[in-house]
Amino acid sequence: MAITEKITDTTVPTFWEGAIPVRYVYTFGLAGEKFFRTVKDKGTFLATYCDECDISFVPPKVYCDRCFKELDSYIDVGTLGYVETFTLSFRNMDGSEKEIPKILAMVRIGDTDGGLIHYLEGFEIDEIAIGMPVKAVLKPKSQRKGSIEDIIGFGPVR
Amino acid sequence: MKLEDFELGGTHLKSSDFKQGKVLTTEWEPNLKYAWDNGVAIGRYLAELKAGRIIARICHKCDRIMLPPRMFCELCFRPTDEWMYVKDTGVINTFSIAKVNWDASRRGPKEPPLLPAVIEIDGASEGMGIMHMLGEVNPKDLKIGMKVKAVWKKPEDRTGSITDILYFKPVTAKRKTKTKAAPKAGGKR
Amino acid sequence: MGMRKVAIVGAGITKFVRRAQETGKELSWQASKMALESCDLTLDDIDMVTLGTAPDAFDGVHMKGEYLADGAGGIGKPYMRHFVGGGTGVFSPIHGWFHVASGMADICLVVAEEKMSTCHPHPAGAFLTIFDHTTEQPLMPTLIWIFALEMNRYMQTYGISKADIAQVSVKNKRNAMDHPSAQVAEKITVEDVLNSETLCWPVNRLDISPASDGAAAIVLASERVARRLTDKPVWIDGIGHSIDTAYWATRDLAYPRYVETAARMAYDMAGIKEPDKEIHIAEPYDPFDYKELHHMEGLMLCPRGKAAQLTADGVTARDGNMPICPSGGALGVGNPIAATGLMKIIEIFLQLRGEAGKRQVPGDPRCGLAQAGVDLMQMGTVVVMRS
Repeated sequence: MAITEKITDTTVPTFWEGAIPVRYVYTFGLAGEKFFRTVKDKGTFLATYCDECDISFVPPKVYCDRCFKELDSYIDVGTLGYVETFTLSFRNMDGSEKEIPKILAMVRIGDTDGGLIHYLEGFEIDEIAIGMPVKAVLKPKSQRKGSIEDIIGFGPVR
Repeated sequence: MKLEDFELGGTHLKSSDFKQGKVLTTEWEPNLKYAWDNGVAIGRYLAELKAGRIIARICHKCDRIMLPPRMFCELCFRPTDEWMYVKDTGVINTFSIAKVNWDASRRGPKEPPLLPAVIEIDGASEGMGIMHMLGEVNPKDLKIGMKVKAVWKKPEDRTGSITDILYFKPVTAKRKTKTKAAPKAGGKR
Repeated sequence: MGMRKVAIVGAGITKFVRRAQETGKELSWQASKMALESCDLTLDDIDMVTLGTAPDAFDGVHMKGEYLADGAGGIGKPYMRHFVGGGTGVFSPIHGWFHVASGMADICLVVAEEKMSTCHPHPAGAFLTIFDHTTEQPLMPTLIWIFALEMNRYMQTYGISKADIAQVSVKNKRNAMDHPSAQVAEKITVEDVLNSETLCWPVNRLDISPASDGAAAIVLASERVARRLTDKPVWIDGIGHSIDTAYWATRDLAYPRYVETAARMAYDMAGIKEPDKEIHIAEPYDPFDYKELHHMEGLMLCPRGKAAQLTADGVTARDGNMPICPSGGALGVGNPIAATGLMKIIEIFLQLRGEAGKRQVPGDPRCGLAQAGVDLMQMGTVVVMRS
């Protein structure tokens, strides 16, 4: 009667292995294209701003998610920001230990409401604090491809 | 309202836009692998395939001999009752002649077409089919209703997989075979 | 039933394209914003939002519903994603109907999105894992197989030829020439279909709808609100949805029982006794050309095996007695799965309001239906609408 039969020999249950063998090519969208093109070509960040709701978006959006207004003017907000929050990562993706922990932060850009999740670079762990000012460290222009990887991380403001 | 009165969104990109770098992209290849537990019914089904047999499961209440076997009957929603071996012959319910691989890539000019089919297995309830492949046949000769028989891998090559059956091939109807009752597996393994 | 009446009062849609520059969020916003503008509402007026979108494996975004939420206008509101495979787009208004008919919402925004182009080398690859992982995937099936197998069985059972079926593709691709969202509208002949590349016999390339990116949206309102918002509400008078098992190889592939079950539920609710007489116009799901015929029969719009003859006789043409897929359907407008179903709902909405422009069918249709479904030949979703 029972659907489940008690398993006493753990070598009996068998399984079938497989994968979903696809890969993805994402476009960045209307606003994302402008944002990453500008990172690549000009080394700075763009925002959009909704004057109805007084909210700004970094990375920019073509619409305000509060009131649905179309946002079509882009503002250069520079590459300065401050640490909103951070964490230390001691493990690699495969679970092995990192020799030097990676510092991952949520960086608020300028005086916008938006920000980026990225690494902190060039800091001693002890000196990191929430609220600390940081500045984006970009790859040299010739190596930039128009992607989040064009940003090496956020470093100290000198 | 009329659709024609609106400027519709949706910006079409051409392949050349990507090749010429007119549009930025980022790529991701998921590195995810799965190990799906076979469970009781399919576990036994695969073990029997390795032994060169096809096994079904019976629901006495609905009077159905079910393939693939399952531990509960989806119609009356109670546990199924017993195992039963069915034959490795059957009838083509439907078939296709496929020149396309799983990822929509085309098969090469020298690659023969794939011949997927639904095969109603003899001994199971009427209409109980499984998807499998056809072989040793000219695609032009294929017909719905054709009798077929499993061609198995050599015993030492079998792994306990649906692919332990290489394909089904047409059986030439020399004489009408009497349908013998398939042997019962009886009880638990 | 103690439920409130629910009307469609507005609609929005993007173009359907093979590969859109917009993200899925941006497509959703474009369609949703248009739907709100079409009935002079703002996001503030919306009580609840439902979103339909098919497998995460297309867009390559897990939790696609949550990801799309801001583009669909869901922020800070009761919002929920639904997914019933190929039937999703016609389930979308059903999900919204639950909210409004129950009295939980007066105005509900219903959005459907699909961005299939992200999946490489081809979105067909993502379909591999809809097949059973142990008993079917090792055979490396492609989605076209299951349709080819069903089409062959359908042809054999009723003695229908490939040329009979190709007429559907010819009709729908031509109808789509008048649809501003259309991706693959063209004037072709039956010979063009038969001479197009054989992919999986009996399926040729022009028997199939394309992979697409796109979004669509509608606004649902309760009776009191709908009458305030518009002089031309289109009422959702019947809903039906039904699923069969994933053991697709063990059922009658010549007849879509799962569509009939869903249709009976919708007809009972709408008080329809003779669908072939009472339904003036229909948008059945047509991812493959034979599927339009198959689904017409499951919807009981004609006897089994007779839909091809109706097509040959011109009955299903835009100026025929029972126009089928006057939009151009998935075969002509394109097939961003969930958005396709909602596109069909929008077409019936516009046709019943007499606002379909060049696509308008003659004769002042008053009752129409849209249907989607399939998955592993198991899902049916049906909505009956009246002006």
